[in-house]
Amino acid sequence: MSFSIDKNGYYGSFGGAFIPEMLYPNIEELGNSYLEIIQDPVFQDKFRSLLKDYVGRPSPLFLAERLSNKYGCKIYLKREDLNHTGAHKVNNTIGQILVAQKLGKQKIIAETGAGQHGVATATVCALMGMECIVYMGEVDMARQRPNVERMKLLGAEVRPATSGSRTLKDATNEALRHWINHPVDTHYIIGSVVGPHPYPDMVTRFQSIISEEIKQQLKEHEGREYPDYVIACVGGGSNAAGAFYHFNENDQVRLIAVEAAGQGLSSGHSAATTNLGKRGVLHGSMTILMQTTDGQVVEPYSISAGLDYPGIGPLHAHLFESGRASFMSATDQQALEAGIRLSKLEGIIPALESAHALAALEQLEFVGNDLVVVNLSGRGDKDLETYIEKGKY
Amino acid sequence: MEKISSTDKLASLWHREAGEILSVYFTAGYPKLHQTSEIAAKLQESGADLIEIGMPYSDPVADGPTIQQSNQVALENGMTLELLMEQLLSFEQNISIPVILMGYFNPILQYGVERFCQHCGERGVSGLIIPDLPVQEYLDHYQQVFQEFNLHNIFLITPQTSDQRIRWIDRHSSSFIYAVSDASITGARSGISERQEAYFKRLQSLDLQHPFLIGFGISDNETFRKACQYAKGAIIGSAFINALKEADELGDGIENFVHSIKGL
Repeated sequence: MSFSIDKNGYYGSFGGAFIPEMLYPNIEELGNSYLEIIQDPVFQDKFRSLLKDYVGRPSPLFLAERLSNKYGCKIYLKREDLNHTGAHKVNNTIGQILVAQKLGKQKIIAETGAGQHGVATATVCALMGMECIVYMGEVDMARQRPNVERMKLLGAEVRPATSGSRTLKDATNEALRHWINHPVDTHYIIGSVVGPHPYPDMVTRFQSIISEEIKQQLKEHEGREYPDYVIACVGGGSNAAGAFYHFNENDQVRLIAVEAAGQGLSSGHSAATTNLGKRGVLHGSMTILMQTTDGQVVEPYSISAGLDYPGIGPLHAHLFESGRASFMSATDQQALEAGIRLSKLEGIIPALESAHALAALEQLEFVGNDLVVVNLSGRGDKDLETYIEKGKY
Repeated sequence: MEKISSTDKLASLWHREAGEILSVYFTAGYPKLHQTSEIAAKLQESGADLIEIGMPYSDPVADGPTIQQSNQVALENGMTLELLMEQLLSFEQNISIPVILMGYFNPILQYGVERFCQHCGERGVSGLIIPDLPVQEYLDHYQQVFQEFNLHNIFLITPQTSDQRIRWIDRHSSSFIYAVSDASITGARSGISERQEAYFKRLQSLDLQHPFLIGFGISDNETFRKACQYAKGAIIGSAFINALKEADELGDGIENFVHSIKGL
């Protein structure tokens, strides 16, 4: 089975480009040129050297011994939290700003939920001297104040999304509307493996550096190029897409995607899309999304703003439907506990998003020599207030 | 009165000598839940030539604040596609001008595309505008079922659409083309610029097989007349939603609005 897109931008029956005609020229331009642009050796050199010297890659693959002892297997942490700006998001924004430059765009827009992607976008815009507008739900702006200030400090304009539920999905709507109104000079840096084709594939390719490094690093540490498990959290799914990428076609690797169950799967306050959602169109792609029987998008909930998205990328919908990846979920409480556990056992405070991936360790049964990689997608500094308020440590 | 089939209703508009077709959009379930047929009847009585009924959606990305808000209020009022289909049952008796439904694809997908088309056909709906269902996707998967129930699919074009693509869209159209007046979401500006007029002239010069109506940014008699210089007519949405919001009495509000646009 293939886990790459077909010529129409579909993963199996998921994906495509369900966009209004107003966006057609932009999407067509991007779709026709992105592969040529990013496969150009000059582009790759530039991309790779920025990842190395600016982001600080390769990110370490760290053998977490005390955590391994607890679960009776060998657990490596892929330290995306050590990237510049504190999460994997920057891998994508570096790639996309280079694409935008190549396309001759002068302005950048982005959406952000927790603010991590917004910060990563504002960062590369500062680096390249490009104008940057970030849309952020009014509700998220209030609960992620420090990231709002970071973006402003980096020179970006942060515009509140005041429509709908005033969170990530509405910030995405506003960014799309902005792009409709400014189709010629602006590139939209989508932050996850969502949106119309070619975004899911393009973002996946930029994030695939994660699994590329995992392969090399495992070979150095363990003498083999693949683990038994790769575990990653899924909101839209960009860190998981990157961590899975080079293992998608290797059936010896179990892919574990962990969604946010919020207050519980049946609580009505959850973001566990594959559990609660069904097939539909969201933000330009056919995927799985949380919706009412009437097809209205349901507002998700999670303690982690980065997982607070009503859909998943079309690749993940395909991984789910085909059974290639196992989808699990962790509640707010389980994520908090897992985050605190990692802090105490390994001296690493994880982002609450990544803590969901760690919480899956509690639910899986390992045998002694299982080799497990958990993608530690971000650091927990931004979540300190939540840990203080809701954690018991 | 002789019953005209719904497919002919739209066609009959293009044969009119005068042109100046006024299409008015409103959101089903706004301002109140059960006003759909009342608003449609009053629009017809006041002189609208074509009615576009918006099917509310939680995430209308091609729409500006006014229509977004009407969608949100309609959903809060309890509007659903199921309910709209019930409301449309009364149309066959009361509404003789053509009716088009406009909305986003996901609710239609959940309703079931075939069931949706069948119900539209049974209720005499003439056509559909689904901004986020791309032309190619439609041709590949849905054209057959639309045709089975005599539904015209109305495609959008914009100033950024290339001549080649406009011709391609024209070839695959069956009724009229919705010419979006500017690179924009609905309701975002006022007046018609020289740049827009140049675009309308370009459209005229393409000598398309199908007529086009101009929408987005049409808000008063002046912009309506201007659009009608170049097109068979124009579509008004946000300005009408605002008029509904401000109307003390619905019937008078609608009549005054339509008359003001037509300059009566």
